[in-house]
Amino acid sequence: MNEDKLTVDTQTTRGVPSTLPSPTNAPDVDAIHTPPEVAIAEADVRTAETLETVRASSLWRDAWRCLLRNKLAVFGMVVVGVVTLASLLGPYTIKRTTGLTPDYIPTEVSLLKSFPPFTSSDGSFSWTHPMGTDNQGRDLLARVLQGGQISLMVGIISTLVSLVIGVSYGAIAGYVGGRTDNIMMRVVDVLYSLPYIIIVIVLLSMFRSQTARGQLILLFVALGSVSWLTMARIVRGQVLSLKNQEFVLAARATGVSTGRIIFRHLIPNTLGPVIVYATLTIPTVMLTEAFLSFLGFGVQPPLASWGSLATDGIQNIAIFPWQLIFPGVTMALTLFSLNFLGDGLRDALDPQMRTF
Amino acid sequence: MLRFIIRRLLITIPTILVVITITWALIRLAPGNFYTGEKPLPAAIEQNIREKYGIDKPWYQQYGRTMWSIVRHLDFGTSLKYEGQSVNAIIARSLPVSAAVGILAYLLALVVGTFVGSIAALKQNSRWDYASMALAMLGISVPNFVLGPILVLVFALTLYWLPPSRWGGFPSVNLILPVLTLSAIHMAYIARLTRAGMLEVLRSDYIRTARAKGLSEKAVVVRHALRGGLMPVVSYTGPALAFLLTGTVVVERIFALPGLGNYFIQASLNRDEPLIIGIVAFIAITLLLMNLLVDIAYAYLDPRIRY
Amino acid sequence: MGCGMPSTHKCERSNDKVEARNGTLLEVHDLRTYFETEDGVVKAVDGINFQLKRGETLGIVGESGSGKSVTNLSLIRLIPDPPGKIVSGEVLFAGQDLLLLSAEEIRKVRGRRIAMIFQDPMTSLNPFMKISRQLMEMTQLHLGHTKQQAYEHAIKMLETVGIPEPRRRAGDYPDEFSGGMRQRVMIAMALSCRPELLIADEPTTALDVTIQAQILELIKKLKHETGTSVILITHDLGVVAGMTDHLIVMYAGKVFEQAPTRELFAKPGNPYTKGLLRSVPDPTDEHGQLYQIPGLPPDVAHLPSGCPFAPRCDYEQEICHSEFPPFVQLNSEHYSLCHFAQEVYFESASAATGVKES
Repeated sequence: MNEDKLTVDTQTTRGVPSTLPSPTNAPDVDAIHTPPEVAIAEADVRTAETLETVRASSLWRDAWRCLLRNKLAVFGMVVVGVVTLASLLGPYTIKRTTGLTPDYIPTEVSLLKSFPPFTSSDGSFSWTHPMGTDNQGRDLLARVLQGGQISLMVGIISTLVSLVIGVSYGAIAGYVGGRTDNIMMRVVDVLYSLPYIIIVIVLLSMFRSQTARGQLILLFVALGSVSWLTMARIVRGQVLSLKNQEFVLAARATGVSTGRIIFRHLIPNTLGPVIVYATLTIPTVMLTEAFLSFLGFGVQPPLASWGSLATDGIQNIAIFPWQLIFPGVTMALTLFSLNFLGDGLRDALDPQMRTF
Repeated sequence: MLRFIIRRLLITIPTILVVITITWALIRLAPGNFYTGEKPLPAAIEQNIREKYGIDKPWYQQYGRTMWSIVRHLDFGTSLKYEGQSVNAIIARSLPVSAAVGILAYLLALVVGTFVGSIAALKQNSRWDYASMALAMLGISVPNFVLGPILVLVFALTLYWLPPSRWGGFPSVNLILPVLTLSAIHMAYIARLTRAGMLEVLRSDYIRTARAKGLSEKAVVVRHALRGGLMPVVSYTGPALAFLLTGTVVVERIFALPGLGNYFIQASLNRDEPLIIGIVAFIAITLLLMNLLVDIAYAYLDPRIRY
Repeated sequence: MGCGMPSTHKCERSNDKVEARNGTLLEVHDLRTYFETEDGVVKAVDGINFQLKRGETLGIVGESGSGKSVTNLSLIRLIPDPPGKIVSGEVLFAGQDLLLLSAEEIRKVRGRRIAMIFQDPMTSLNPFMKISRQLMEMTQLHLGHTKQQAYEHAIKMLETVGIPEPRRRAGDYPDEFSGGMRQRVMIAMALSCRPELLIADEPTTALDVTIQAQILELIKKLKHETGTSVILITHDLGVVAGMTDHLIVMYAGKVFEQAPTRELFAKPGNPYTKGLLRSVPDPTDEHGQLYQIPGLPPDVAHLPSGCPFAPRCDYEQEICHSEFPPFVQLNSEHYSLCHFAQEVYFESASAATGVKES
């Protein structure tokens, strides 16, 4: 377990200014400056050069400890956990306890309008609808929870899509190097400056799927294809710098095969920034999905996401503000927490990637 | 440097053409047509329409005609939905609206963001720091189409301080809410970036040298730290433009502004091919040019960069 | 950024501007600088005493983490607070205790009377500023030069340190210079105001060996021309051999040995020093193995009681682990921190009698 990772003992005492020459912070001049992608505009690709490998197991354990020490990150983790759990189990529980489903439209005419939270049809206090109902009398809490399912699912799966594309693209470009790398990165540069979202909008508006399911799949692909660019850049940067570090040279010198080098040495070392970026991509993707739903190109009824719920709520904001507020606040809270969690992960896993 | 600029400009042209082609292809490949409504049209009427708009000809001819008129005359044709209006005219009319909102929003974000971020970095871990970063985090987490209506609810429908929507020309008080809504997220990002950049610079060796020279803290910050610390903000401008764009779309929809974004969405919903292509091409050119400008600015500001 | 002083301290103006006695420029008494980290309190500098006479060069030698850099940063109070604090001590510079000065007063000392050059010239110069401006800043601030005066002075300084075509190069940015050139620029900057003391923190570590020699020669030459006293910090014994009058050897935040340079090289009185001297590769020794002091420097956050060097020491005995060693005086100017200082000293002295003193 330990023999695959060379231990590099540093002689600096932690916390005290080191007298060893500091790694140069000169920018990567051979690339056109890399404008950081907004979601992690704060992550500086060039500082990823200076990862030091310590004993394998303690890196993750150290990171975990560091993460737990960060109160905001813990708060984020807890909230995200709660929301996820609620979204997964919520609709089912509500159905079992009250018989209400997210799309249950009451049959009584008098209930076919929007009620404020905690109110029943005659205006008295009731526990039935803690978040109120929407225009057609559907319970808002159930809808918000189900919306959570969809939003989170879109966020996670799209991020996975972009991860797969980005990591492979970046790793190949980085490891192969040379002209191939050059060309691949030029492509990324050009794609970067394109109005990706605009084309995605055109794509979605043209290929409106008939089924809500189909639309979801389209969304996964479309959203995933928007964020892979920066992931590719990061992974490539990592691989480039790791490629020439001593432990790789040593591994090669002792006869370790190329495949093993990539999978047991290089990839694990890229995991840090990849995890961080993935965690920070999820809120961005969710925002994008919400924005697409707002425009009408996102999730289609009967499925709902927080974005589409908020959009519906905007219509009646003056009279039934809770229709916008509950989905909006839930979404904001989740994104808030995800961002804190991502920040905390970044501090824990790769402090040098941190720019604040 | 000059070679770099020329090289970039040269790449721009084929890139735009590729973008246009892809957009055109997407529109054509999609099922359905722009004239398809709820009811199927009688064949004769359909034939008329196809003849009128020239879509009865083979696809490569149509593609050729479209591209030719674009390349030769920069003529993107006539809108399919807005009778008789040329795409160029529509763009010319709606551009100032979007530009006004967008530029004002970004300027506001720059001013407020860099100021807040710098102070936060200088007073690291103070209450001001925590408060402003928390606010910034909020700014990133609240979608702009949630923030917009809430602002409208508070300032227009409850306090009656500002008009809720509509375009009132430039400058007018109608601009305030859209600009605020649009700039919020960028303010937040810029504040965070500035704080990050400043913190990193303040930790660097050359700042230590500046202090060792006996300079006052103010001189150290203003003369030495600020320049390097604000670099991330310049880098941010590139991707920010793309986000500004999508933000403009949302803001124009919410506040019913007759801007480029609104027309774009309408065109997409209407399958108004010439208009879609026109706007997409325009946006692409603008983005590419602005990114080039940002790169040039970056090289100008950072003497270490040489193209 | 605080002034690095403990919170109970009030920054008062120094009352006694006692004139330097016996030509002593700098006296450091019991300097302690601690850092608060998550691992505990790191006692980077834990009770340092030394002196520097005017016109002399003092070398501070030690491994990474020994506290040598922190010592120098503490002298001009450049310790970042948090997490560092100068907890106690006196730094008497020409009779004035620097640690008692107000923030504004110490700023007047920095650059003007005590100048510092750092290890990595690549990152120590502002990459966004022309070097002419960086040089001019010094004299404009401390000597009140006008722009024109400052510019001419800057050109002169560049010439002095050996930058070819100084007028043309003054308008360049730091990254247009090579490493050695950059260090020369730093030296020019540091000596602009004719400081009384120059602190050179590993000035040649980041440079090529050939350039190292040039830079050291330059420092020597300038020292003779201007009479500046120098503190030279390094981990490389070869560097100090030809440059310094006195040496102190630091380990784990403490002074382990202190002596005139020649004496230290010829007759070391401390096992650690002996180990360091042995580690210098001998090019004439074809068959010997490269010597390394066994073990690693200690974790300064968790120092054991007793002598911090004990685990790695050849002379180690029971008492070394239980009691902290005394600071033994071996000679008029030679001190060593060791239980067996006398023994080690006599051993070295008798080994040296067989060798001609160079």
